[in-house]
Amino acid sequence: MIDRRSEEYKKRSGDRMARRYRADRRFRLYGQAALVFGALALCILMVSIFSSGYTAFFRTQVALDVELDPDVLGVAAAEQEHLSLEQADYYTVVNRAIYNAIPGELERSDRKLAKGLISNGASVELREMVLENPALVGRTVKVNFTASSDLDQLHKGNVPRDVEEGLRRINDKQLAWYDRWVQEGRVSSTFNWNFFTSGDSRNPEMAGIGGAITGSIFTLLCFVLSFPVGVAAAVYLEEFAPKNKWTDMIEVNINNLAAVPSIIFGLLGLAILLNVFNMPRGTPVVGGMVLALMTLPTIIIACRASLKAVPPSIRQGALAMGASPMQVTLHHVLPLALPGTLTGTIIGLSQALGETAPLLMIGMVAFIVDIPGGVTDPSAVLPVQIYLWAESAERGFVEKTSAAIMIILAFLVTMNLFAIYLRQRFERRW
Amino acid sequence: MKKSMKFVPALAAMAVLLFSGPAYARDQIQIVGSSTVYPFATVVAERLGAKGMFKTPVIESTGTGGGMKLFCAGIGEKHPDITNASRAMKESEWEMCRKNGVKDIVEITVGNDGIAFANSLKSDKLNFTVEQLWKAMAAKGPKPQKWSQIDSSLPNVPIRILTPPPTSGTRDAWNALVMSKGCDPKVKANNKDDCELMREDGAVIEAGENDALLVQKLQADPGLFGIFGFSYLDGNRDKIQAASINGVDITLGSIQSYEYPVSRPLFFYVKKAHIGVIPGIREYLKEFTSPSAVGEDGYLADRGLVPLEPKKLSAVRSTANNLTPMTMTK
Repeated sequence: MIDRRSEEYKKRSGDRMARRYRADRRFRLYGQAALVFGALALCILMVSIFSSGYTAFFRTQVALDVELDPDVLGVAAAEQEHLSLEQADYYTVVNRAIYNAIPGELERSDRKLAKGLISNGASVELREMVLENPALVGRTVKVNFTASSDLDQLHKGNVPRDVEEGLRRINDKQLAWYDRWVQEGRVSSTFNWNFFTSGDSRNPEMAGIGGAITGSIFTLLCFVLSFPVGVAAAVYLEEFAPKNKWTDMIEVNINNLAAVPSIIFGLLGLAILLNVFNMPRGTPVVGGMVLALMTLPTIIIACRASLKAVPPSIRQGALAMGASPMQVTLHHVLPLALPGTLTGTIIGLSQALGETAPLLMIGMVAFIVDIPGGVTDPSAVLPVQIYLWAESAERGFVEKTSAAIMIILAFLVTMNLFAIYLRQRFERRW
Repeated sequence: MKKSMKFVPALAAMAVLLFSGPAYARDQIQIVGSSTVYPFATVVAERLGAKGMFKTPVIESTGTGGGMKLFCAGIGEKHPDITNASRAMKESEWEMCRKNGVKDIVEITVGNDGIAFANSLKSDKLNFTVEQLWKAMAAKGPKPQKWSQIDSSLPNVPIRILTPPPTSGTRDAWNALVMSKGCDPKVKANNKDDCELMREDGAVIEAGENDALLVQKLQADPGLFGIFGFSYLDGNRDKIQAASINGVDITLGSIQSYEYPVSRPLFFYVKKAHIGVIPGIREYLKEFTSPSAVGEDGYLADRGLVPLEPKKLSAVRSTANNLTPMTMTK
């Protein structure tokens, strides 16, 4: 028999109490430590992406005096027609402008170095400018050309300039010209709109994610296919299907499919969509269908869960009023389940937006410059673009990679916020 | 029940519409193949596209072996027009192509590549012989744990080498130029194929096709060695350095003369049957073999491609102009 009033007992039970409180506090601490660790990892990731990526949103440009001499351009002043202006020799004109910006006579090897400071795309930039305003021909104008990636990286301070000459992409001579240009006020930095509008390029300074964003949008358009299919399947299984061996098996299979690695769906796309149905390789229509198949189980599961959450009293009430089973479902149950279904779909959508593996199998991981004009044009998507840039040897792609990651994160956050909004706004609790 | 049956034909019609493969004509060149040729092919493709007459070709980096498989799968729009290769087409691949109706193939040599054996700038620059490299990497070799066990002149650090995967042309070339040449004669006499087997005890680590990642790994770990193409070395000279092999440094000149032991030509293969069907192939060939691309001062040289000797280049150019199909000499 324990004497609960003895000093000995009180002391021991007090000890036990204190120990239990301590264990409690420790338990809470573990949880907090896990949170802090997670937050720290996220912080490090974000800081490293932002610090290496934000410079990609700025573009270094060099102002050069361009003499648009019709003779050099190869267009006689009299016939400044659109066609001849399109084929004119802008390359030579740009090169002359570069040489003129550097004092003194340039030797052959120096000319190559000088050209290395301005982007390869400069002649295209000039072409577009002249085509827009043909009256410029014959005049001398000051044009801001995009600097080459090497100069761009130097100007942004992403590569060190005080190391040995052999270890730099820009040599001492080029460095001296650059310093002179800075003094003359030719070098400036602007917001890089091109990054959002242009397609991929092998020149880091010209590369943009416009093509990848368009490709992603087209792919997600085709992805929408999975919504009606998923909802129809879920409604039938949940509301109408008889409970038997077959529907049990289907249910187990759907749950299993949700966990199948995405690459398997890519193989399916390759074997069926490309090889059997002869659909065009590397296009959003195929990519979207593969991603739709991949997220179909997720959508079915989300839709069934929200159908289940609708209380039976709604169905019984409607039935009691004489509604047919279809009317019960379409007029009462489905509208109430829709917010949950939409949330599930949007989460599936953002999962699909970040997927690369299945696209590898159907040829969407490719170098594509032209911005796709439709769902049957070959195109890349955002995560693929990130992968391709991360793989490139040129230094300028490092910041582009991080910037593209920032863009895709922004998309994902927006989509998830929208899902949360839908839930908050329309979801009903019983 | 009867009502819902009406939907079935409608659904079937929709499915047929969706899947029957619309009359779709490809007007864009499709290129697959080697990840070593990829950086050069993409530059040429972009130039062709920038001229505005044709769409920019689409290029996938699948590795030489993977590219050959896709390329040789048949003739027609759904098969690629061109495959890039960092080694010559194998006889088995030639047979596969012929079996699938890909008969006339134009082989274009685009230039040379040297394969560097590189480590981080933070460690010492070394010299290896082909035999030493074989000993370090071969499964049938002595399997030493440290470099100093091979030769006392080499550093006393554990052997750890990153190699490209077997699908990569870089690996094929390394096998042919280093593993089989540096092979122990006894092993070679027993079974020639044994020479190319790599160790699987952790000293040789298989890395992916991602050469940029290789550079990062080398930079982070001074004891590590990596195998990759000259263009990656050239683009990252502030991070990594290449060892000399058999006493020869890897330079443009030593690769061009094949004096550097691990140098090789790069190729691409064109389906003759697709020329004239898919627009722009002829122009792509012309652009790729033009002096402004693959010449001594060409823009591909700036990207790290080692140009061909002038004599060889003119031969290649005439092949490209005449579209002379290749033959497989046994």
